[in-house]
Amino acid sequence: MNAHAEAIAQYNFAYLDEQTKRMIRRAILKAIAIPGYQVPFASREMPMPYGWGTGGVQVTASVIGPQDVLKVIDQGADDTTNAVSIRAFFQKVAQVSVTTHTGEATIIQTRHRIPEEPLKEGQVLVYQVPIPEPLRFLEPRETETRKMHALEEYGLMHVKLYEDIAQHGHIATTFAYPVKVEGRYVMDPSPTPKFDNPKMHMSKALQLFGAGREKRIYAIPPYTHVESLDFDDHPFEVQRFEEPCALCGAHGVYLDEVVLDDRGGRMFVCSDTDHCEERRAEGHRGHLSGEEAAT
Amino acid sequence: MTDEPLLRVRSISKFYGNRIGCSDISFDLYPGEVLAVVGESGSGKTTLLNCLSTRLLPTSGSVSYRMRDGLFHDLYRMSEAERRFLMRTDWGFVHQNPSDGLRMTVSAGANVGERLMAVGQRHYGDIRATATDWLGRVEISADRIDDQPRAFSGGMRQRLQIARNLVTGPRLVFMDEPTGGLDVSVQARLLDLLRGLVHELGLSAIVVTHDLAVARLLSHRMIVMKDGHVVESGLTDRVLDDPQAPYTQLLVSSILQV
Repeated sequence: MNAHAEAIAQYNFAYLDEQTKRMIRRAILKAIAIPGYQVPFASREMPMPYGWGTGGVQVTASVIGPQDVLKVIDQGADDTTNAVSIRAFFQKVAQVSVTTHTGEATIIQTRHRIPEEPLKEGQVLVYQVPIPEPLRFLEPRETETRKMHALEEYGLMHVKLYEDIAQHGHIATTFAYPVKVEGRYVMDPSPTPKFDNPKMHMSKALQLFGAGREKRIYAIPPYTHVESLDFDDHPFEVQRFEEPCALCGAHGVYLDEVVLDDRGGRMFVCSDTDHCEERRAEGHRGHLSGEEAAT
Repeated sequence: MTDEPLLRVRSISKFYGNRIGCSDISFDLYPGEVLAVVGESGSGKTTLLNCLSTRLLPTSGSVSYRMRDGLFHDLYRMSEAERRFLMRTDWGFVHQNPSDGLRMTVSAGANVGERLMAVGQRHYGDIRATATDWLGRVEISADRIDDQPRAFSGGMRQRLQIARNLVTGPRLVFMDEPTGGLDVSVQARLLDLLRGLVHELGLSAIVVTHDLAVARLLSHRMIVMKDGHVVESGLTDRVLDDPQAPYTQLLVSSILQV
């Protein structure tokens, strides 16, 4: 009796039932076969609200196996609410080992960042996507945007960039910067900063995108061309930072601004916490780390 | 100028259930020619225009268009991609209500530039220069280029819509009551502008209007419609000065004399 009750109380491996995983895996396979194309799928209710990564969680749950090592980041950090709870979720329902080290993970679920450390072959990067349709705010009709994708009518995407330049003198889009995948589909890279766009190009890792509320899955297979849209006379550029990370002194990484007091004090630190910690473990120091640099 | 027509319309009919939209309409449109379709409201003018511009699928009949390669293509046998490409390069469509034909939330410059970007122009400076040039040609001052059409008057919106359509150098423009809802002085200037552009660019146009004065000013030829049928067609001056069909006579005699 007790054993029976226990059996009922257990979740299927990785929470989703096997039929659902099959359905999602089919969608993922199709998405990989047509890079950048948004594949509709029957998104399930997950034990978390929409907007908290239900799409990413379903994708992760469908590709994860008992041997996988999972890393979850939220805006680059391993220790924020969303990352902690999703990591705990998979520890509980899939009993997988977890890590915060980019190099050790086989699956990395991310919200809005790509790790600074280059990804390797065999790794899977799973993005949580709020709005998968790059044309959504230009053309509200889903029937029309699907047609535009089908017929490769992407003039409108440039209208948005034109407006940026006309209003601000430069392309002011800094996140969710539209990309063209393998010369065909225009895709929303989810709200990652455009700083991360070049990392998607010819990435060695498989990149999967799940949008739970919008019920879409799309993918960039390894070694795929990903080109950020731009104008000939206003080429694509990533953000630049004037100072290095205040904790680890890293240059050429994406920094978060942290307000220190109410008198205008602020510091810029790595948004990728794992990267920052590893650098500090190696002895690198920034000007606010409170310790002297090693050696 | 060639002797071959640009557009060949054969027995176009459109039925809405048992109701007739337009019935058995045939004509040829030649390069550089402006054809007016007149008639009272509900006579099937707009249905006909929508059928010709492939915005509506007719119940029967065929429309073929002579592409730039000189060959006729049946519009309804083309793939949707080809048709849409045609619509944003070789054709224009000027709506009665400018907000149907414009993107109201993007600037005037982007409205004009959209077609250029759609056909692959990727140089911001060039697109902007072309947009500025076209705004000038439709008498919108260059300092309004970054304003949204929401901030424009009705007449300016209509002129902007015309610029947006003509920027890719189309050969055929469809116009649905282009001067509807504008006051007479604005109407007169718009007509003047349209006449100039049509002449300068050698456009062919099909203009739907209920206003016989507009038809007389703009068009070379006209067809008069009533209850979905063509009751009379011919040279504009002939039809208006010497109407043959009783309905056309009624129409012509109904013009208000000031």
